[in-house]
Amino acid sequence: MSTTSIGQPIQRTESTSKVTGAARYAAEQHNKTAPAYCCYVPATIPTGRVVDVQTEDSVTLLWHSNAEKLGELEDTELAVLQSDRVSYRGQIVAAVIADSFETARDAAARVRVSYADEAKPDNELSAEHPSLFAPESVNAGFPTDVTVGDPGSALESAVHAVDRWYSTPPMHNSPMEPHATTAQWSDGVLTVWDSTQAPSGVQDDLATLFGVDPSNVRVVAENVGGGFGAKGSTRPNAVLAVMAARATGRTVKLALPRQALFDLVGYRTPTLSHVQLGADADGTLTALAHDTFQQTSQIFEFCEQTAESSRHIYAAPNRRTTHRLAVLDVPTPRWMRAPGEAPGMFAVETAIDELSYTIGIDPIELRIRNEPDVDPASGNLFSSRSVVECLREGAERFGWADRDPRPGHRREGRKLIGSGVATASYPVLISPSSASARIEADGSITVSVAASDIGTGARTVLRQIAADALAVSADRVELKLGDSALPTAPGAGGSSGTSSWGWAVTKACRQLVDKVGGIDAAIGPAEVTAETSEEIDGQKDLARMAFGAQFAEVEVDVDTGEVRVRRMLGVFGIGRVMNPRLARSQLIGGMTFGLGMALMGAGNTDLEFGGFSNHDLAEYHVPVCADVTDVEAMWVEEEDDELSPMGGKGIGEIGTVGSPAAIGNAVYHATGVRVRDLPITLDKVLPHL
Amino acid sequence: MKTFSYEAAVDVEDAVAKLASDPDAALLGGGTNLVDLMKLGAAQPSSLIDISKLPLDVIDVDDDGSLRVGAGVSNSDLAVHPVVRSRYPVLSRAVLSGASGQLRNMATVGGNLFQRTRCVYFMDSSKPCNKRDPGSGCPAIEGDHRNLAILGASDHCVATHPSDMAVALTALDAVVEIVGPSGAHKLPIGELYRLAGHDPDLDTNIGHDEIVTGISIPALPQQAVSIYRKVRDRASYAFALASVAAVLRVEDGQVTEARIALGGVAHKPWRAITAEGELLGRSAKHEAFREAIDLELRAAMPLRDNGFKVPLVRNLVTQTLTDLAHRSVQQ
Repeated sequence: MSTTSIGQPIQRTESTSKVTGAARYAAEQHNKTAPAYCCYVPATIPTGRVVDVQTEDSVTLLWHSNAEKLGELEDTELAVLQSDRVSYRGQIVAAVIADSFETARDAAARVRVSYADEAKPDNELSAEHPSLFAPESVNAGFPTDVTVGDPGSALESAVHAVDRWYSTPPMHNSPMEPHATTAQWSDGVLTVWDSTQAPSGVQDDLATLFGVDPSNVRVVAENVGGGFGAKGSTRPNAVLAVMAARATGRTVKLALPRQALFDLVGYRTPTLSHVQLGADADGTLTALAHDTFQQTSQIFEFCEQTAESSRHIYAAPNRRTTHRLAVLDVPTPRWMRAPGEAPGMFAVETAIDELSYTIGIDPIELRIRNEPDVDPASGNLFSSRSVVECLREGAERFGWADRDPRPGHRREGRKLIGSGVATASYPVLISPSSASARIEADGSITVSVAASDIGTGARTVLRQIAADALAVSADRVELKLGDSALPTAPGAGGSSGTSSWGWAVTKACRQLVDKVGGIDAAIGPAEVTAETSEEIDGQKDLARMAFGAQFAEVEVDVDTGEVRVRRMLGVFGIGRVMNPRLARSQLIGGMTFGLGMALMGAGNTDLEFGGFSNHDLAEYHVPVCADVTDVEAMWVEEEDDELSPMGGKGIGEIGTVGSPAAIGNAVYHATGVRVRDLPITLDKVLPHL
Repeated sequence: MKTFSYEAAVDVEDAVAKLASDPDAALLGGGTNLVDLMKLGAAQPSSLIDISKLPLDVIDVDDDGSLRVGAGVSNSDLAVHPVVRSRYPVLSRAVLSGASGQLRNMATVGGNLFQRTRCVYFMDSSKPCNKRDPGSGCPAIEGDHRNLAILGASDHCVATHPSDMAVALTALDAVVEIVGPSGAHKLPIGELYRLAGHDPDLDTNIGHDEIVTGISIPALPQQAVSIYRKVRDRASYAFALASVAAVLRVEDGQVTEARIALGGVAHKPWRAITAEGELLGRSAKHEAFREAIDLELRAAMPLRDNGFKVPLVRNLVTQTLTDLAHRSVQQ
């Protein structure tokens, strides 16, 4: 196979259309007829029932008493307006449809909702909450609990021990383009322009909910302005827009306001982690226990795999990892970039840092000393594992050797300076996908897959993958995605898009080459469609993961406790890199995401009224340019023939994992103050300086 | 958003007349705060009177170095004005520390003075708030109040004033120029703002039918040094957890003038009068600064989650004045 395109830093296919504003998003479609606009009415009680809904405006009003009855799905969050029950503040209890957005918004604000059975919210997560239970499995199908050996005895007899609680707050994705949908029914055929990471998934869900054949549902997501997991599955905005379109016979546009994204489309659950480490005198781990607690809503069970990474990252003969879920009067948590791995590795990688100080051993050396030969969870070999290379390469480039290990000892003026390190791991996930490749009579080539490019560069990378499989230059390939009418594909999620879609693209392109006997000499038209279930089922039993080492240097103001990140370096083992320009951008974005998680991102649970009290981007902080002064991402050479045909590992999420712990460990090194409760805001540092 | 009417005023008198004729009218400057609040339902004016086109966008410099800043001057233009930058660094820095470049380009000096609190209950019209809806209660006292007041709050409201610029203007003893139906008058900025008291819905002592047309800023003594320092949860585009605008004059090692205004800690820019009085005549030293601000902070009444502001303000003011004293010696 030629590899002239894979590995090249080519520019994003749609970059010019996005920069010039030519790119159209879900709510910006030009429609043949004047559209109607839908605005929803959020519940203003934390729990109870809707008794009556009234409007005095001349608009179409939908609520549970007149909304059409939907088909049933496992995701009960999508049962929009199907019952009188209010499960959380902000839930959709009604909607209005009007000729203009302004009229709809005004009318929605003046809809009167009568409630009954309102009660104070039970919305505070704790490790003692009476509703805690062990779910059957956790997100992505991982087991709830895993115990190996006798961690209790091993912890008791350990020479060195760490026994600490760590916590992370609710976090919100809130991508730049809000969740938005344009929906249109025409002769029983539904067309939906939806801001989604999963056009094929939305197609299936809407078909079930609205009782039509999937072939009569088309979901278009040509451009998507970010997702981070919040658009990984069908969300209530799509359901409501389709319902409104059928109720009115109009083309309906619905764009959620920024505030709604904090309640309605999922968020990262708060997590509590109890981590216990036991080690020999030389730092060899004898026991590792990671017990986790998190929340879900009254209407849908979602449990992050918070302890999953702790099963794979260090060798220790005695191990326990558990997940417990509390059912609260809260909005439904959902996926957010590296669900489980990001908060879980904050806990375990902070605990390892604490152990390094307890023993008096360099934290990098401690990690290397506990490097497993095989996957500790399964006993399987790793397809490839570069933790040690990443740590060593990073240490060299970061200047780790010059570090005075004593906390609180480096000071420049009124700033305390410190550095920290953390390991990162994220699984290689691949799902079956289909794709087609077609050559026309004029020799032009189109490759199609119902993938979604949420800003990561999927369209560009898939062109490169197709070009190599066809042995042509990437310029010759037109890549079509973002449309459920194209060959069915899994969603952009779990850092699995490129591998899943790319495998199908590769297979289709190779079959096309076989069919026409070489692209250069080919006379079209000819087309093939391929699907990859068999290949993926046939993979060997190996542990496949991306790894990394995160380094951070921080300064802490001695007068105010303000923490600022001076520089970050991430070194990753991610297999073959498809496009260095896009990969670097993704990794830096992930590291910046982690910086936000470490220092600022926190939804404040409103214990009085339910929901979150801060729900816009002025009060919920994400990093701004001034916070991100020097972030560098690189990767070690890694050849791995046991991945997909392209040989790459996902990079969407690995960049986030590890960076919060690296920053927290740097804060400790700078100040001697250990903050175990994210985010590390100045009020948690200052009293201890 | 509630439906409203819109009219552009032709001159100041016209704007006053329009205000006087509608008790629910509001003035529109840059719109960077008001329009947001209207979208949220936290402000519901019946009419907007646009004063952004009036000729109020001029900065005049007097021979003695004092300034007159029109109410329609943009925050960006104020911050980069050469006289402001060289003689009033406290003001330039305060303005530049606020919002983002895009917002500062739109926002006006007059509008900045009348920014409303960022308290999350005030901005969420589905929840009670005595400031937005008098008599409905103050959930912030028991609720989300990490960034709210520690000084001068009442049982009715613990909101903070969000402006950085107003804090600097308070330390500069700025005077607000007002035009109403009965003509023009002036008000020291310290008398413009109110504490929450029983009427937290009233932010200022200006009448509904009055307009701020400009601000005059007296010249600082030649020997005085000034600075603005703001503490916040991220490096840019965040409101102050606490801030200080300080003006210091030191002669022969002794403080001959100290002006300290605090932001992010009270319902208005908080002039630290107790600390200022304590400092007069004392050695310009770290210990004196610390003792002075400690005296000021005796009045602090922090809530459950904002007690950190007490040591924060203590350290912030002490170190800021210490730095100013050091610079004063170097001059």
